[in-house]
Amino acid sequence: MTTPNTSPGIDLDDTTRAELERAGVIVSKVDTLYNWARGGSVWPLTFGLACCAIEMIASATSRFDISRFGSEVFRPTPRQADLMIVSGTVTKKMAPQVVRIYNQMPEPKWVIAMGACAISGGPFKQGYNVLKGIDRYIPVDVYLPGCPPRPEAVLQSLNYLQEKIRTQDIQSDPAFTAGRRQYPVPEFTGTDLEPPYNPEVWQPPANPNAQPLEEATA
Amino acid sequence: MSSATATAPNYELIQQDGLDTGLLEVSMGPHHPSTHGVFRMDVKLDGETVVDLSPVFGYLHRNHEKLAENMSYLGSMPFTDRLDYFNSMTNNWAYALAAEKLVEIEVPERAEYLRVIMAELTRLVNHLSLVGFFVNDLGALGTPLLYAFREREKILDLFEQASGARMMCNYFRFGGLRNDVPEGWLDRAREVVDRFPVFLDEYEKLLCENEIILSRTQGVGNLSRDLAISAGITGPMLRASGERYDLRKVDRYGIYDRFQFRVPYSDGDVGDCYDRFIVRMLEMRESIGILKQALDGIEHGPVLGNAPKVFKPKPAEVYGRVEAPKGELGFYLIADGTPKPYRYRVRPPSLINLTVLRDMCLGQKVADAVIILGSIDIVLGEVDR
Repeated sequence: MTTPNTSPGIDLDDTTRAELERAGVIVSKVDTLYNWARGGSVWPLTFGLACCAIEMIASATSRFDISRFGSEVFRPTPRQADLMIVSGTVTKKMAPQVVRIYNQMPEPKWVIAMGACAISGGPFKQGYNVLKGIDRYIPVDVYLPGCPPRPEAVLQSLNYLQEKIRTQDIQSDPAFTAGRRQYPVPEFTGTDLEPPYNPEVWQPPANPNAQPLEEATA
Repeated sequence: MSSATATAPNYELIQQDGLDTGLLEVSMGPHHPSTHGVFRMDVKLDGETVVDLSPVFGYLHRNHEKLAENMSYLGSMPFTDRLDYFNSMTNNWAYALAAEKLVEIEVPERAEYLRVIMAELTRLVNHLSLVGFFVNDLGALGTPLLYAFREREKILDLFEQASGARMMCNYFRFGGLRNDVPEGWLDRAREVVDRFPVFLDEYEKLLCENEIILSRTQGVGNLSRDLAISAGITGPMLRASGERYDLRKVDRYGIYDRFQFRVPYSDGDVGDCYDRFIVRMLEMRESIGILKQALDGIEHGPVLGNAPKVFKPKPAEVYGRVEAPKGELGFYLIADGTPKPYRYRVRPPSLINLTVLRDMCLGQKVADAVIILGSIDIVLGEVDR
């Protein structure tokens, strides 16, 4: 991370800025300062679901050392965490708990869907008990493919997330304006989840070959 | 967390004058740092003492068996990697062993040696990580685990060079291995194996006679030999309870009959958490011995036998099993003459070893229940499948 630099939106010519910097004053936007600090101290949730969790742990160990990016503080409680790494297969029995944990996290909060399973169900997509992507219930910021992704990929996804954090606008971003975002917890009915997805965050992809309902029934 | 009025069987509440006492029911999991995955323990507590415990699992049920019954025999080989995701190599081996019984395939000599090398390296990885997590549960947050993972990375590098993947190796095939190891791999493996005892000495010095570990684990989570045998416990957990049973000695699958090694076991009739911990530490020493012998004995040759291009066995029932690091891992297959198995069943050591959790935890403190769970060595991918 570089030091917070002057936002291009501020009308300040270079000589004035140089003079101010000589006097020990740095002119910056609050956004830049906030995002710089937030991006450099993203605290992930200690939340392992399946195989990917081991690679998530490996990314925190000495060889890969996620603390170089300021995220070594894994918190077991959602109330102190900023980032949820959904690391592994989300089954239909587990999905309600994942959403519930997400709801308990304070704002601003981010989600990385780690591994093929969390993105889409992955190799287990055909299974009757596997949720086909956690993005059906909670908004996902970074998708990290792999089965499982290497620890280097975990670090890269964190870098992508930091880039995303740097573009956030405190005035308009829902993380700051909408209060704590909470999404309805799906109910596991024994065979399936009810509702099957949250229309607020996910819509089924449009099928270009689908016929309008009237034609199909006629 | 909620207070409950229900009493556990054979348990009487201590009533004190003027005090309304009750049992506390705590739901530990599925999101809990000590549960080794998505596992839940419903614990009933009297103060700090566990009076009842029921394990709840199924949070990672990924339909492994059903998926495998709908694909070709070889198609489920990569899925076996994801059963016990620490030990993909031994999972592969158990499945290959079962499938090789369906059709008579000769495994070439070099492949047999490489299988043993991979399986023993896997055992090192598993026991290392287990000890790291176990000590983590005891409260030594981080450092022992970092030590363990540092060594684990060296072995994972070997796996990656041989198979292309760190964790999900998918390296075994019916009748041998997918490919030979690259040039110089055996030398690198020997280097890792030769250096490993140095680390193990340090690790043992730090942990084995550590006063905190001794006082927290000795006499905690007792499992008698009789109960262990009747519950079907296998692996280091059974050996820690005093039963000398190791499939590498009993079945002598592969070429284990060629190697000299000892099977560590506890000499009492009851095994506690410390026994289970120390048996695994000793097993790592023996694995190094096997690895050295295998690396000395390996010769050049093919690594894939005369496996049929289309795997379509005649109707038969087979059961193939190996001594996985967690216990007896078995695959039971029923072939019906089609390219897909009619029935595909996994005998997971983690699940069956977990069945005695309640017996071991009753009467212990709630903080010890966490250690007892850690000493069983479960992986939820294998428990729920």
